[in-house]
Amino acid sequence: MKNESEYSGILIFAEQQEGKIHPISFELLGKGRELADRLGEELSAVLLGHNMKDVAKELIYHGADKVYLFDHPSLRDFDIVLYKENIVDLVKEIKPKFFLVGATHLGRSLAPRVAAALETGLTADCIDLQLDEKGDLIQIRPAFTGNILAHIKTRTRPVMTTIRYKIFEKMKPDTSRKGEIIERKVKLIENTGTRVLRKERERTVNISDAEIIVSGGRGLKKPEDFKLLRELAELLGGVVGSSRPLVDQGWISKDHQVGFSGNTVKPKLYIACGISGSPQHLAGMRDSKIIVAINIDPSAPIFRVADYGIVGDLYEIVPQLIKEIKKRKFGDD
Amino acid sequence: MNEMHIIVLIKEVPDMNKVKFDAERGVIDRSSAPGEINPFDLNALETALQIKEKLGGKITVISMGPPQAERSLRDALARGADRAILLTDKRMAGADTLATSYTLASAVKKVGNFDLIICGEKTVDGDTGQVGPEVAELLKIPHVSYVSEIREVSRDRLIVVSELGDAYLIELKLPGLITVTKDINEPRLPTFKDKMRARKAVIDKWTAEDLSDVADINKFGFSGSPTMVVKVIIPQERVKSCQIFKGENAVKDLVDIFEKKGVLK
Ligand SMILES: Cc1cc2nc3c(=O)[nH]c(=O)nc-3n(C[C@H](O)[C@H](O)[C@H](O)COP(=O)(O)OP(=O)(O)OC[C@H]3O[C@@H](n4cnc5c(N)ncnc54)[C@H](O)[C@@H]3O)c2cc1C
Repeated sequence: MKNESEYSGILIFAEQQEGKIHPISFELLGKGRELADRLGEELSAVLLGHNMKDVAKELIYHGADKVYLFDHPSLRDFDIVLYKENIVDLVKEIKPKFFLVGATHLGRSLAPRVAAALETGLTADCIDLQLDEKGDLIQIRPAFTGNILAHIKTRTRPVMTTIRYKIFEKMKPDTSRKGEIIERKVKLIENTGTRVLRKERERTVNISDAEIIVSGGRGLKKPEDFKLLRELAELLGGVVGSSRPLVDQGWISKDHQVGFSGNTVKPKLYIACGISGSPQHLAGMRDSKIIVAINIDPSAPIFRVADYGIVGDLYEIVPQLIKEIKKRKFGDD
Repeated sequence: MNEMHIIVLIKEVPDMNKVKFDAERGVIDRSSAPGEINPFDLNALETALQIKEKLGGKITVISMGPPQAERSLRDALARGADRAILLTDKRMAGADTLATSYTLASAVKKVGNFDLIICGEKTVDGDTGQVGPEVAELLKIPHVSYVSEIREVSRDRLIVVSELGDAYLIELKLPGLITVTKDINEPRLPTFKDKMRARKAVIDKWTAEDLSDVADINKFGFSGSPTMVVKVIIPQERVKSCQIFKGENAVKDLVDIFEKKGVLK
């Protein structure tokens, strides 16, 4: 383990897919900016892709002082090994104190390889970062299906962590911000062992970005009944979610699954219909701003995390809700 | 050519629906619930069994854990694995993901001659999903995470579907490593006969010393772990309690709230 004082500044991984920056990267810059200012140090981003020069500027507008750009046709699609090689070389040279990566599936596949190559610690899926009195990073993550929060420190440098989506605020982009885009020579590898052949399937819904979610659980009697929830969701400008059993039964695609083995969501409004509120389901939605539960069983655990609830049969309540909302929105009866 | 050799890495975890949390000491009270194979690792083992059914070969399962993790390895043997190795030693205790990956990668090196390593996407107790990719890096082999389907498999390559938000079709050259999601298959259950057979099977037990020819044992366990938990907090139950709407006006009252909170546009 090297001398700590050699390390300074914060680096974030700017994730792009098809030339577009994933919004989590801006969130990392938002938090990174705050930490960097408190430390009085620099905030940099590393971006790999093809024809990304204009996109790199966006990172500066969102708070980066420097963008290390690796631009090459062979970096257009992600190749974890190739990405790792280039990032590891950069980290060894610029020696950031902290290195933040978004906890997307791509980030959670890439970050461990980088950490292992650097023989440094990596903390997964953090929901908060704090500085202690010595300027060391305290990484906070849920554990035990979200029932506890662990505070973690790392004794190697850089401190690496993956950060959950939609936790930190991004800065308002400021096109007058100045920063430096540093083009790096790309290290190429003949055969990395993996090759993206094609995109197989677009996700049917991007539920982690949704502001309003109407979710169904085993209180639903048959697959067609998702129609009812979909009607309510569309009326509210939202999308449909699901607990896991219905996904397992093939009633709805996995893209809709909320929870520990599905998607983590944080909408403005989450309406749980016929969902009991198991720890694994709560792990994916407990941070929603407003939680509404509709359940026939007054003792269902979902009511313990809900802000509002109606005890009753969803087959009666949901149609009434639809009717009432239509009435107020369109004035028809 | 010799036969296909698949290694499956498994972890014994407590049944998360039963296990209690020791708030005072800030640790999971493992004695409060029986151990079992991490559910995602059952999908990893099933993936290996299906490949073996197609191409032949053998399956080795490796686990690091306390001596009682032996029962999870017996379960894996009952389900069809051919060989089981338990890495167990006080010096391996207290490992974070890097030390765990280093220990597992060392054991894989010692076993040698493998074509494919399969892991679950994450464990239900640690929930990091980091060990698979870290092992791949330490062994200098390529990997693909979040595999939900195997389209083609041969001795020297796999074609898999990887869930990365959108799903991608990816070719992986072997030797390589994959981590699999719960959707990839439905794990089989062992028969009574299989269980009886597995009860008598031999499980190799390796200590830190046994790995000293391939590893630096100071990198095992707590001493090899760069991350440490400094504090554990049990989040306060939310003080605001749930407002239940009742009676005839329940739905109207709820929609009033929607209006007030600005969700009706
Ligand atoms: C490793 C692992 C990972 C998991 N990951 C996830 C995950 O990501 N997401 C997830 O959701 N689960 C997950 N689970 C499963 C989880 O443990 C629960 O089994 C599941 O969440 C229960 O789903 P449910 O609430 O829909 O069903 P149930 O628990 O059966 O609840 C159904 C509810 O509907 C109510 N109800 C019935 N009829 C009506 C009606 N007519 N009107 C109103 N209410 C009605 C009932 O009172 C009950 O509360 C996971 C489990 C494991 C072991």
